[in-house]
This record gives sequence, structure tokens and C-alpha cells, in this order.
Amino acid sequence: MKTITEPTRGRRARQLVLRTPGGALSLRVPARALLVGTTLLLAAVAIAVVNLSSGDFPIPVGDVLRSLVGQGDPGTDFIVHELRLPRALVALLVGAALGASGAVFQGLTRNPLGSPDFVGMTVGAATGALVVILLLDGSGMQVAAGAIAGCVLTSIAIYLLAFRGGTQAFRLILMGVGVSALLEAFNSYLIVKGRLDEALAAQVWLIGSLGGRGWTEVTIVGLTLAVLLPVVLHFGRHLNMLALGDDTATLHGVRVERSRAVLALASVGLAAGATAAAGPIAFVALAAPQLAARLTRSPGPGILPAAGMGAALLAGSDWAAQRVLPDTDIPAGVVTAAIGGLYLTWLLAREWRRGR
Amino acid sequence: MRLRAENLTLAYDRRVVARDLGVQIADGSFTVIVGPNACGKSTLLKALARVLRPQAGTVYLDGAAIASLPSRQVAKQLGMLPQSPVVPAGIAVEDLVARGRFAHQRLLRQWSADDEAAVREAMAVTEVSDLADRYVDELSGGQRQRVWLAVALAQQTPILLLDEPTTFLDLAHQFEVLDLCAELHEQGRTVVAVLHDLNQACRYATDLVVMRAGEIVAQGPPAAVMTADLVEHVFGVASQVITDPQTGTPMVVPADRHRRRTPRTAA
Repeated sequence: MKTITEPTRGRRARQLVLRTPGGALSLRVPARALLVGTTLLLAAVAIAVVNLSSGDFPIPVGDVLRSLVGQGDPGTDFIVHELRLPRALVALLVGAALGASGAVFQGLTRNPLGSPDFVGMTVGAATGALVVILLLDGSGMQVAAGAIAGCVLTSIAIYLLAFRGGTQAFRLILMGVGVSALLEAFNSYLIVKGRLDEALAAQVWLIGSLGGRGWTEVTIVGLTLAVLLPVVLHFGRHLNMLALGDDTATLHGVRVERSRAVLALASVGLAAGATAAAGPIAFVALAAPQLAARLTRSPGPGILPAAGMGAALLAGSDWAAQRVLPDTDIPAGVVTAAIGGLYLTWLLAREWRRGR
Repeated sequence: MRLRAENLTLAYDRRVVARDLGVQIADGSFTVIVGPNACGKSTLLKALARVLRPQAGTVYLDGAAIASLPSRQVAKQLGMLPQSPVVPAGIAVEDLVARGRFAHQRLLRQWSADDEAAVREAMAVTEVSDLADRYVDELSGGQRQRVWLAVALAQQTPILLLDEPTTFLDLAHQFEVLDLCAELHEQGRTVVAVLHDLNQACRYATDLVVMRAGEIVAQGPPAAVMTADLVEHVFGVASQVITDPQTGTPMVVPADRHRRRTPRTAA
């Protein structure tokens, strides 16, 4: 195996080339994207470890690590494995799923606003969950199934409404925003009509909280990632080609409609799995790919750096949600919404200045 | 004939551009398609490259309907320089040219020695090697056109279609690109280009395809095809066709303004 770093001038990222002697395996990755992706992933894990160590019963980081590798004492093991680990894992996995989902969808729509939470997919998931909680008296796994069904159905509805002999990204986004508003209203109606205790449970779910997440939720989002992340990574090269326009992609051998359908479904699936596990976490899918693209200085939102950024953002938000206000455990969704609001304002202000 | 089309009906939505159009591209030819604006030249090229799906009729590559062949397999045989491709913001020249290798790459073989050599060669012959690290959206129209040509060349296809490869280029670069096409043709490739300049078309083409209002009105070697009557019929411009003093090919010299006042027959 030999590794070459191609020298470059100017702002373009260096490329790392990996090639086996027979040529059976060869890869070329921008060095900076690799560095940023790895750093983000390590940062996310580090934040998660901090989250495991802090709480009502602080545990030194060393003891947390010992417990994680199976060498802790029973008391620490109970707190770490049963109480805190599921929550930390849900934060990491949901953040990664949302980041990857957003990167794919923004790549497909070629628009920084084309993210699953912006075009109504997560609102659709919420509607599915609310229907299960309030109308069908379901809980746990049933709520998750409802969320996934709601997300998928909403996505299909938006696609069909926006379809006019081919899909146009901008129409898809506008249609998504419209459908999103409609479903928000419906969600509010469901809560107002619901019994008080159920409505409260629904409201907590709606904000997107990581509190009280257990191994069920870890399994939901973990399976989602295990199945769909390889799919989007494989089709990531197709995404690069689609960025050159449908005609050019076709010319180079991409089956445009099929690749787009696979990528869109995988993106919807990632968002659905994440939402089913943690409720509608706002803005991570919107902001993570763009922030990652800024750091990697790459033309498109890279999927792995976006996943790393999503994991770090959500783990960080969860840390802030538990620590910033003493004695209150505010839902992580509130923190991501606050961060996301600032980000969106900045994005719009910047685009507006550039547009003038 | 590796590439041919039969009975094509070409349309954008319901606006029909051409009906019952057939064309055969001679193997190893440098075929140039000429004709007035909106006569369907580019549309025909897009159909040949399977970017535009014909409403009726079939494009054949090596005897098989092109739509039935695996897209990647076609992409190894036939490449095209499109007219105004989308440039993603913030992509460097070399990274864009490298994407021209997609059809040759696999999940585990994403950057073989062949890929690297093809990209380097494509950038060298189009003279964009010095621009490798520049962002494509910062380049001039002419530089950008040469970069896109490099993308198509990196694909290394025996058949190369070019939709107005000389637009955005000054005279010197126009001839550089045409010379490059001629070299590619001499190396054995089949080149099909849409050009606007009749004299350039006559100089470089081995085979001229003349279109008017969605129909092919003449096809053959420039010396046999290009006449004053044809120019009058196709473009509605009175002219004299003389021999190019440099190359001996036909050269169209439009009539003086006062004698050119014939009613245009083509829209």
C-alpha cells in the first residue's frame, strides 16, 4: 500500500491517494475532509464521555472509561450502562443520522435549505407519532413506528405534489414548507383535542428530548444507520455526479432517476429513524452539513463529515441542555432549535448580502 | 455504423423540434452538424447522447437500442461536451475533471493509475493543467469551456460529441479546440460537433450534416455539399462559395449588404 499526498497550490484541499500494488483497491480523499471528519467524530465521542461522567452522581472520567470496557464496579456500571449510556448513544447516533440525511438531501436539492426538517419530513414524523399517542393510545415502539410511517408518507406526498414530469428541487422545498405548515396546524389541533396527560406526553415528544431514552431507541436509530449509511456512502459518488446536472450525470453513466430515488429514500429513512428515536430534533440536519462543508472547504456537503458534525452538535446540545440551567433538564431539541435559529439567521443574512 | 438514429421524433414537452429524423454517423468520421438557430442541431446531438429521450424512433449504438444498454457501458463508448453544464460552487478544476472518470470507477477502485493518467492527459491537451487548483467558478468563459472539454476527454470514449465547442472562445482558442478535435479524429476517434461557423465546419469536417427546421437537407463531404444554393436555402443568405485559399475547402462569402436582400426562407 502506498500513500501519496498530491501537492496543491492555493486554497484547494490536498488529496490523499491510497493504492494497493495490484490496483485492486484505490481511493482518493481530500486530506482535509478526512481530518475534519475524524476530529469531529473524536470530539463527539469525547463530549459523550463527559455526558456519561456528569449528572446527579458525578463519576470521574477514568471510572467511566473503565466501566465502558467492562472493568467498573457494579454501582458505576449501573449508572453508566443503564442510566446514561443509552441517552449518550442516542445523541451520537441520532445526530449522525440527521447529519448524513441532511447532507444527502441538500446534495440532491443543491440547496442549503433542502433539509429533512425544513421540508416537513420531521413534522410528518411528529404527526405519525401524535396520531399513535393521542388517537391510538400507543406508546414506546408503536410511537416509533408511527413516526417512521408519518415521515415516509409525508415524503411521498410532498414528492407526488411537487412532481411534474421530473422533480425540481426548488418546487420540492416550497411544497415541503407548505405541507409542513399544514401538518404543524394539524399537530396543534391533535394536542388541543387530546387528554391533558396524553397531550403533555405528546408535547414532550414533540420538542425532541433525549431524556428517558433507553436501549429500544438505541436499537431503532442504530439499525437505521447500520442499514442506510452504507447505502448513502456507496451512492455518495452518484451524488457528486448529480451535482453536475442531470444531463452531465447521465452522460457519465449515472442512472439519474434511480440514483436519486435511492438517495432520497435513504435520506428519508435516516431522518425517520432518528426522529422515531428522539422526536423531532430541529436544525441538526439543516446546519450540520453546511458547517461541515465550511470546515472541509469542499464543494458539496460530504456525508461522513456531516454525520460527525451532527453527532458532535447533538451530543454538545445534550450536554448544554443538562448543564446550562441548574436543576432543570431542558430537552436537547430546544437547544438545537436555539443554535439552529442563530445559524439560519446567519445563513439568510449572508445569502442576502451575497445576492445584492 | 456504430452510431445511427432512425425515425426520431424529438420534442421538449409538446414542442416538437424534429419528426422522422434519421442520421448515420460514419465510423472514424469528423462529422459537423450545421444549420440555423433552433433547427434542432443540439437536440439531435442530445438524442444521440441519450440525454434527451426521443418521443419516437431509436438511437442505435453498435446495433443495439442505446436506451436498452447499461448507462455505464454507453458512457465508456460515447462522451459529450454539453452546451451549458452546471458548475457546483467551489469545485477545483482538477476535481471536476476527475469526475469525468466516473464510468471507469468502482466502489473499491476509485482512483486507479489509469484514472490519474487520463485526468492528467485530458488537462494537458486542453491546456488547463496550470489551472488545476483554481476554482471553476472563478475562471473565464473560455477557460471554463476548455475545462469541460477536459472532463469529456477524461472519459476516454471512442465517440465524442461536442455541442458548440467553440462558444465563449476567441479566434485563437477556437482554432486550438478545433485542431484538438482534428487530432482526436486522427487518433481514430469518431467526432461529432455542432458548429456555427460554416467555414470552420468546411475546413475540419470529413462529413457535413446540414439541418433546417428539424430536417437533414444535405449530408456528405463539404466539397460536395456546400453550395451557394444550399446556403440560400438553409440560411436565407445570398452568398458566393469560393475555395479557401489556405485549405482548398469550400468557403462561404456572404453577398454584399445591398445584394443580400432576399426574403429569408428559414425562421
